[in-house]
Amino acid sequence: MKPFSYQKVMGITEAVSDLKEKNQSYIIAGGTNLLDLMKVHVMQPQHLIDINGLKLHDISERDGGGLHLGALASNAQTAYHPLVEGRYPLLSQAILAGASAQLRNKATNGGNLLQRTRCSYFYDNSTSCNKREPESGCAALHGYNRDHAILGHSEHCIATHPSDMAVALAALEARVVATGPDGARSIPMADFHRLPSNNPQVDSNLEAEELITGIQLPPEGFAEHYAYLKVRDRASYSFALVSVAVGLRMEGNTILKARVALGGVAHKPWRVPGAEELLEGKEADRENFKVLSEAYLTGSEAFKHNKFKIKLAKQTLVRALMQASNLKL
Amino acid sequence: MAATKNGEARNRVDGYQKVTGQAKYAGEWQPPGLLHGVVLNSTIAKGKILHIETEKALQLDGVLQVFTHENRPPLAHYDKSYQDLDAPPGTPFRPLFDNKILFNMQPIALVVAESLELARYAASLVTVNYEKKQHEVDFEKQLQHAFIPKDYKAVAPPEPWGSPAEAYHDAKHRLSATYTHPSQHHHPMEPHASTVLWEENGRITVYDKIQGALNSQKYLMGVFGLAQEDVRVLSPFVGGAFGSGLRPQYQLFLATMAALELRCSVRVVLSRPQMFSFGHRPKTHQRFSLAASEDGQLQAMIQEVYGETSRFEDYSENVISWPLVLYNCANASLSYKLVGLDVYTPLDMRAPGGASGIFALECAMDELAYQVGMNPLDFRLKNYAEKDQFEDKPFSSKELRECFRQGAEKFGWKNRPNQPRTMQEGHELIGWGLANGAWEANQKPAHAKAVLAVDGKLTVSSATADIGTGTYTIMSQVAAETMGLELEQVTFKLGDSSLPKAPLEGGSATASSVGSAVREACRQLGKKLLELAQEVDGSPLKDIPFWEVEMEAGQLRLKKDPTKAMALTDILHQNQKDSLAATIDSQPSEEQDNYAIYSHSAVFVEVRVDEALGTVRVSRMVNAIAGGRILNPKTAKSQILGGMVWGVGMALEEESVMDTHYGRFINHDLAGYHIPVNADLQELDVIFVEEEDDIVNPIGAKGLGEVGNVAVAPAIVNAIFHATGKRFRDLPVTVDKILENDEV
Ligand SMILES: Cc1cc2nc3c(=O)[nH]c(=O)nc-3n(C[C@H](O)[C@H](O)[C@H](O)COP(=O)(O)OP(=O)(O)OC[C@H]3O[C@@H](n4cnc5c(N)ncnc54)[C@H](O)[C@@H]3O)c2cc1C
Ligand code: SF4
Repeated sequence: MKPFSYQKVMGITEAVSDLKEKNQSYIIAGGTNLLDLMKVHVMQPQHLIDINGLKLHDISERDGGGLHLGALASNAQTAYHPLVEGRYPLLSQAILAGASAQLRNKATNGGNLLQRTRCSYFYDNSTSCNKREPESGCAALHGYNRDHAILGHSEHCIATHPSDMAVALAALEARVVATGPDGARSIPMADFHRLPSNNPQVDSNLEAEELITGIQLPPEGFAEHYAYLKVRDRASYSFALVSVAVGLRMEGNTILKARVALGGVAHKPWRVPGAEELLEGKEADRENFKVLSEAYLTGSEAFKHNKFKIKLAKQTLVRALMQASNLKL
Repeated sequence: MAATKNGEARNRVDGYQKVTGQAKYAGEWQPPGLLHGVVLNSTIAKGKILHIETEKALQLDGVLQVFTHENRPPLAHYDKSYQDLDAPPGTPFRPLFDNKILFNMQPIALVVAESLELARYAASLVTVNYEKKQHEVDFEKQLQHAFIPKDYKAVAPPEPWGSPAEAYHDAKHRLSATYTHPSQHHHPMEPHASTVLWEENGRITVYDKIQGALNSQKYLMGVFGLAQEDVRVLSPFVGGAFGSGLRPQYQLFLATMAALELRCSVRVVLSRPQMFSFGHRPKTHQRFSLAASEDGQLQAMIQEVYGETSRFEDYSENVISWPLVLYNCANASLSYKLVGLDVYTPLDMRAPGGASGIFALECAMDELAYQVGMNPLDFRLKNYAEKDQFEDKPFSSKELRECFRQGAEKFGWKNRPNQPRTMQEGHELIGWGLANGAWEANQKPAHAKAVLAVDGKLTVSSATADIGTGTYTIMSQVAAETMGLELEQVTFKLGDSSLPKAPLEGGSATASSVGSAVREACRQLGKKLLELAQEVDGSPLKDIPFWEVEMEAGQLRLKKDPTKAMALTDILHQNQKDSLAATIDSQPSEEQDNYAIYSHSAVFVEVRVDEALGTVRVSRMVNAIAGGRILNPKTAKSQILGGMVWGVGMALEEESVMDTHYGRFINHDLAGYHIPVNADLQELDVIFVEEEDDIVNPIGAKGLGEVGNVAVAPAIVNAIFHATGKRFRDLPVTVDKILENDEV
């Protein structure tokens, strides 16, 4: 890999000022994504800021009933934390559907949100990729695009965001807390990742000088009625072709509130708030779920190898909603 | 007479070394002053290099050299010098030979530096200008240009039998369908690596990842003009190979070239993406036309095969013999054409040809069984081959019927409704399928040496390999058993070009070939011991011929009267000898020529298909094997289990995806190229059916490396049909294919 300088920081302010001042500086947390990309020279930081010494590991209750997840809490600690398992089982399930036990031990919550796409061309310097090298073109558009987006893509990039955790966080309407040179702010999950538009090199709306310090979960965790359903090419240890996170608030068989996010289909976890409302006050049944699934896939557009994803996304949505509402076949 | 009873289930003799990290692999040797080489690969598939700019890389402190075609040392020129023991007909690829690019990811430079990281970084600074030419990598498009090779590497298609076209035309039941599978890469856990230890006298010792140290030695001698004594190749441990280590790969060439030029020790390890830059199982396209009479008797079998090859070598494999090895049919025609592409030459991969040919054959047979309206098992038994039609010879032994019987019983096949799409549980459709398979059980010439020391320790050696298959263990067992010693008293040495000659470890022939040599060497040693014993004053074994004695419990003794005995160590003692050696050159018997020698398998599979989500789960598999005498039931079972996992990969997951625009395999890491993980595997059962065979070789064992996987993929695909009522003829059967199949 390209030589770089390295500094372990002990304070948030120090981390943020290094981010601002040092050229091509990147934060390293678990390193499970960044190091892989450095080895293949796709990411070439000049300076690494190691934040593992910061006190961002806690998982604690927030005033008003929510939960705070530290940016450095590992994916495993988060998934197996009693407060998460008990109140946000959807999140636990989503995290545990991702990667492997070893990786989840090392991977952090902040790093998980900022992991980069798994588009093969992004990883291969000999091909064109606007995300890796702006203005070079998008090899996936007319290449092998089986794993790619069917919603929200642009002619500049059709990549998907690979995180499972982020899909659950989107359904839970979590907020990402970050600190930058101008202080702290919190960003709703819906606005955290972005669509590729004409600058796919930027994955999220986090500023380059900002550090993620944690994630806030709202009080409602849908612990009674939830599902995370991930469809992939093998039973474990592979990224989602399509995944669905569902949280329902129900009274009897009536749905009072529905939160639904799709993974593996777009550059960000995909939500259609208008479609979620279609379910409110409705009975939990297959027909109503089908209506929602159609609404979610409105405007979807597939490419040569990923046409199956439209059908798959709809059917996975229906199945996940059935699971969440405890409906049999 | 062959030994009959199965061997003992023993742990691997090298198991402890492996799990404690003491077993060193080719990329783990750390001689003083070791330099690291990183390979730069081409980014185009065809054309030539106009210029390679290495200046920036060379300027870095600690970078010693960047080797390219422009500054490489003089090399051998003739094809013959580069042809290794597994080379197909043609012109072998010669790394750094000239500026021509023949395939994408072709090695075009080696950066040598003091550390791996530095070499890797320096390699990223090398820039290359190409003159690109239009490449052709689209197999389906190039089918129209398929050709018949001058020579077939494996078997050539025979003349047709009977009148297949007419018989097909006149038959009551006919099936014609095309079966395809993609290119697949081997992906052993250990990537290819070579460490070359340079010695002051100019000699080199090379640790290489290879399935036969002698092949690498021969190659290096040919290419670099080295004398045999100047190059020793070692491969004591190989972390899986599956055929990828049959031919010396380019890291061996590059590491050796650098070591000889720089007069230093050099190591080159390929990265996982680079593991996509050389041989692979070739994509095939097979058209099968099968016909049967009203009552299910096969009338015609027509197999037309198209297989991928490179532009510079004609790789072919045994895709075509299987219909006539497995079934009885009066009319048959088999053809095999190659499709040349701008790719690297394909390479034998676990059951080369068999995995491809049997997949298509067994799926087609299943389809025809349904047309006839027969249970697929009854249909196979009805057309069971009592002799091998391909070579027109009787089988040396064939307990396939027993495989069917025991496998079916264990699996519960008799409870299977023949009608597809009739079993369901929750969201999942359940299907039961089967297939049968065969694999060659060849004995090849092999040498071995056995040395008994006066302390009672026996050392046996042969330049074979253990690629994770258990060779160390079973050879030790064969030796211990032949000499009547405890396993702990035996050491087996392999993976060293200075040992007695052995064939490449491939084709499931090692147990048979080297095992026989080991047995014969030990018996030879026994004979010599008897001669010595008879020289001792008052020997209880005077005037006794060898066939009247046995070696048991550390003694040489009279079979009829075991009290007439001498301890083996005593024989050496009394003759004032520290040790005694015997070397043997073991040859297959001439009798073998009169027989077709195969191992067989019958595989039964249960799958669960979730049609809405497109997923397939293999919930249960039974693999019943007839493989002759089982030398070690434990290592044998591991071989078969590995084969079954392999079959799951082939059926459901594995695919090297060619990007036709770049001419490059694009899913080039293990996140993109899926192989089964533990969660994909549920109940796996292995049955070894008893099979006696005193023709196959003196030890009666047939080899199990490949018969375990040949019939697994078709059994899975047939089970998917039984679950869904839909046929899938293109592997792997992935989520998209399940969702997009609109058959009823
Ligand atoms: C083989 C494999 C399989 C995987 N499978 C899955 C899967 O199925 N599902 C899934 O969801 N994930 C999967 N992953 C991805 C894994 O979840 C991520 O690699 C991991 O979550 C990243 O976390 P990290 O702490 O290691 O991040 P790092 O690699 O340290 O960082 C990732 C990025 O985030 C930035 N960053 C990290 N922390 C912060 C912070 N606090 N503030 C600002 N920027 C920050 C870094 O600069 C870097 O750009 C897989 C990974 C591998 C290697
Ligand atoms: S889809 Fe995006 S990441 Fe993939 S090649 Fe195109 S621009 Fe690059």
